[in-house]
Amino acid sequence: MAAEILDILFMYIKAFAVGGAICVIAQIIINFTDLTSGKILVYFMLAGVVLTAIGVYQPLVDFAGAGATVPISGFGYLLANGAIKGAEKGIFYAVTGPLTAASAGVSAAVVFSFIMSLLFHSKTKRN
Amino acid sequence: MSKKTAAYSNTNYLNYVKRLDPPTKHFKNCLSAFGVGGLICSIGQFFRYMLEYAGLSGDELAGTVSVILIFFGCLLTGLGVYDRIGRRAGAGSIVPITGFANSVTSPAIEFKTEGFIYGTAAKMFTVAGAIIVYGVFSGVIVGIIYCII
Repeated sequence: MAAEILDILFMYIKAFAVGGAICVIAQIIINFTDLTSGKILVYFMLAGVVLTAIGVYQPLVDFAGAGATVPISGFGYLLANGAIKGAEKGIFYAVTGPLTAASAGVSAAVVFSFIMSLLFHSKTKRN
Repeated sequence: MSKKTAAYSNTNYLNYVKRLDPPTKHFKNCLSAFGVGGLICSIGQFFRYMLEYAGLSGDELAGTVSVILIFFGCLLTGLGVYDRIGRRAGAGSIVPITGFANSVTSPAIEFKTEGFIYGTAAKMFTVAGAIIVYGVFSGVIVGIIYCII
């Protein structure tokens, strides 16, 4: 029992450290270049796709759990993983795989955003 | 004024501005990015454990965790809290999936005044559209490569 609790605690620490480290890499890139947040998101997502394709990202996901899947590179991991799994079944599923895997995230973002846009008005920015 | 003195006063002025500009606090920025980014991932891990306990597994588990985090990202953006977090946390609030939700919701609310079709719906994808385009494109390439290998 005690070992189990320690395991769970350790998993939180790993998720915190890996997720935080990915954000620090992005922060360093923002500090030294003038990339906007949109470009950072696209580059990190592409990095996730590439790292998954060459087989580096899966061990990181196994190690850090949400620490690797929650950052936007985890979205790239999801897309590439869908493609790789689909490729086993044939070329059709290799093409439909990425968007199928991402459909939960994209649908949620669209639906919730639309609801929020009905509920809220844009505020003048307060500091 | 001759050209030379104009250029001189220009560099002088730029130096003057640079002197008054607060220096980028690299260390402090990175620390808050690490803290906030790590915290959001830990919250994700918390939901992962809760849903695992509730009996979900595999793709369903991972998908539901993202959906929950996206919901909170959208809600906090709507309430105006997320932008306030983002001003301090920088990349710590951009890189997690909640930042993706923020990039969808914030233009959706911002451009509501331009109507529901050309405002909300069209502007929703200003940033997310780029992510989806390059994500699907690169994903399909990976799929085709894996098919050939």
